[in-house]
Amino acid sequence: MNRIDGRPRRSLLYIPGNNPGMIQNCAIYGSDGVLLDLEDSISVTEKDAARKLVKHALKTLDFGSVERVVRINGRDTPFFERDLEEIIPARPDAVRIPKIDSPDDIRAADDIITRLEEENGMERGFVRIHAMLETARAIVNASAIASSSPRILGLTIGGQDLAADLGIKITKEGLEMLYARSAVVLAAKAAGLLAFDTVYTDIDDLEGLREQAAMSVALGFSGKAAVHPSQIAVIHEAFRPEEKDVRKAERIVRGAREAEERGLGVVAVDGRMVDAPVVAQARRTLELARLAGMEVETE
Amino acid sequence: MKIETVKNTIGREVPVLVPGLGEFTPFAGPYARLGGDYTWTPRLFPRKVPAPSTDKVAESLEEAVRRSGLASGMTISFHHHMRNGDSLVCQVLFLLEKMGIRNITLAPSSLGDCHDCVAEMVRKGVVTRLNTSGVRGEVGRAVSGGMFEVPVMIRSHGGRARAIEEGSLHIHVAFLAAPACDRLGNFTGSSGKTACGSMGYAMVDARYADHVIAVTDNLVDYPLAPRISVPQYLVDQVAVVDSIGDPSKIASGAARVTRDPVQLRIAELAFGLIRASGMLKNGCSFQTGGGGPSLAVARYVKEYMKEKAVRGSYCIGGITGYMADMLREGLFTALFDVQSFDAAVTTSMAGNPYHMEVDVSCYANPFNKGCLVNDLDVVVLAALDVDTDFNVDVLTGHDGILRGASGGHSDTAAGAKLSVITIPSMRNGVPSIRERVQTVVTPGETVDAIVTERGIAINPRREDLRKAALDAGLPVKDIRQLKAEIEKITGIPDEVRFSDEIVGLVEYRDGTIIDTIRKVL
Repeated sequence: MNRIDGRPRRSLLYIPGNNPGMIQNCAIYGSDGVLLDLEDSISVTEKDAARKLVKHALKTLDFGSVERVVRINGRDTPFFERDLEEIIPARPDAVRIPKIDSPDDIRAADDIITRLEEENGMERGFVRIHAMLETARAIVNASAIASSSPRILGLTIGGQDLAADLGIKITKEGLEMLYARSAVVLAAKAAGLLAFDTVYTDIDDLEGLREQAAMSVALGFSGKAAVHPSQIAVIHEAFRPEEKDVRKAERIVRGAREAEERGLGVVAVDGRMVDAPVVAQARRTLELARLAGMEVETE
Repeated sequence: MKIETVKNTIGREVPVLVPGLGEFTPFAGPYARLGGDYTWTPRLFPRKVPAPSTDKVAESLEEAVRRSGLASGMTISFHHHMRNGDSLVCQVLFLLEKMGIRNITLAPSSLGDCHDCVAEMVRKGVVTRLNTSGVRGEVGRAVSGGMFEVPVMIRSHGGRARAIEEGSLHIHVAFLAAPACDRLGNFTGSSGKTACGSMGYAMVDARYADHVIAVTDNLVDYPLAPRISVPQYLVDQVAVVDSIGDPSKIASGAARVTRDPVQLRIAELAFGLIRASGMLKNGCSFQTGGGGPSLAVARYVKEYMKEKAVRGSYCIGGITGYMADMLREGLFTALFDVQSFDAAVTTSMAGNPYHMEVDVSCYANPFNKGCLVNDLDVVVLAALDVDTDFNVDVLTGHDGILRGASGGHSDTAAGAKLSVITIPSMRNGVPSIRERVQTVVTPGETVDAIVTERGIAINPRREDLRKAALDAGLPVKDIRQLKAEIEKITGIPDEVRFSDEIVGLVEYRDGTIIDTIRKVL
């Protein structure tokens, strides 16, 4: 089961929801998506202003091909419903909901979003959800959360809060989160969803980010959040496929196309049979290669 | 001052005669005088043969001024290598005021924020005319407010060297700040506590001024060694003062690559365009400045050259420590340094024979027998505003007030095979692409591309470049489309209101008048 469209989501850049200068430049930073933040980067006294600014930006600004995700406040806060009430009618591509502990949290959000979509004449299911898992309980419930709504696009791990919940210290290598990261990836992939990795907070240490982003790719994450535009290129570089994998993917996709043209149900590449998930993976590799500026044979 | 004007070839109203300044020729295209047929005759001025001397050190700066014969109505010059740390201009002007000298034409190579004293000296009648490359702060406001009776003359660096050599800018006394100087007047900018690097502007003034005073706060034993920037045979007197400037404001260590995401995006696109143009190959020459996205472009160029094992020919212009590093790493054969932008350069110039100090005529004078900019492959330039004809304004701000410098902008844009303007699409919410810039400094004909963070506009004259950029997947947009896109965010700002009164003339590098500056209402 795969409920994901083919958009690239290698990098998602956090933009404070109360910073008009940064919001108006969302289209130029080069990230695949932006996370317009109403939560952690916004103080309690600024919540109203940020919500209004983000709503206005979604309605009026041209974000180009950049995916527009709004990180709202969690269900455990007094801002949760108000955020949804104001943001959903402005038609974001998705909302990122923090502190998702159980399927109940998702269902609660889903009910509100569904009502708002109906009230505003939007197609049902238009707004997707990034479920943000940042407690031990959430990690344990990851699979149940992943399958709790068809609206969920992906699971994302919230590193800072999870570390606090687990009572552990975040290291540069990030090995202390290895199980949690893997659990999120597995739960997401099992449900046909995307998996987003947490941020690397030291914006001066691009080398450290490079190593952690390589680990994100190795573990199977679909993308990684960034806290500064300078991190985007490093993340994209990590997702750049190797030349030999690109050439192999080209052969697989070419084989699939030829099989389809000849009306064959079976695809053989380099003398071996390949099935549909492998073809899909090959297409994704080619898309990543194209995004990385590599020469790619077009279908 | 009400002056009769005619339209030049880019449609700007410019005077052909300005009372008190003389006759002028309207701009007729960037290459109109550069076809090889145009001739000019140097104007002759008598110069006094000095008595032989083995010690030129004057008792004081005041005594040096007295012995120079400087009198009311004359022209004095300064160089701006000390940048915002310069204190010599103000010291000399206050001294002239005290000595009762009035009606001076001030002709520095440029003025910066540290020269607000000039406005005061204008009010007091000490300075009545101004020839410069740039003005900022109080002086800019004074000019735009119409404080000068005679329009100020703005020249490019190359144009100033040309004007000095042909005699249309005749300097009676040059006051040249000298960070290290000996008793016979040999001086350099490469050593001393106020070291500022190259002396490129001072060299031309020293050669052509009637009288040259080297002003130093660091008198060294004779002979100054190992480097002499301006030799003793060009210097009449040496004046020793307590300080010629504030070293901390001359250069504050090595300039750093910007972290501003908008500027980085601009730099990334500019580099993409340069790469797409195919000009980054063995033997290429390159110029970029020290601020904004420039250094970031240099970083991309550096990484590219290292990765592809490209060895360039030379870099010119304002030199930064970053360029010095590229030289040291063997990415370029030589640096020609007319002006040093940061402290890291001083060591490089003093210790590396391939880091060469050149005078500003060699750098950019279009009328000599071969200036460096004319052989330049790629130049990356900044701007205050651009317009839909690709004209560039580096002089006037959004409020119409003078706050910039012509510098080497028009010289390098005309000379380089690829001239790229980098500019943020908006500043403080005001769009940077206008229907018509306030003041044309660099004509659109010499501009190949304008790079903003929201896309690249390529001059229709460069269809080849447009195709290369599109093939490289760069976001090329029609300049009007780009302008409209920006205005969707910013709206269209109200026009600044100007009177008809001309307060400044902008001379193109070839001596013709490209535009005028009007009084702001």
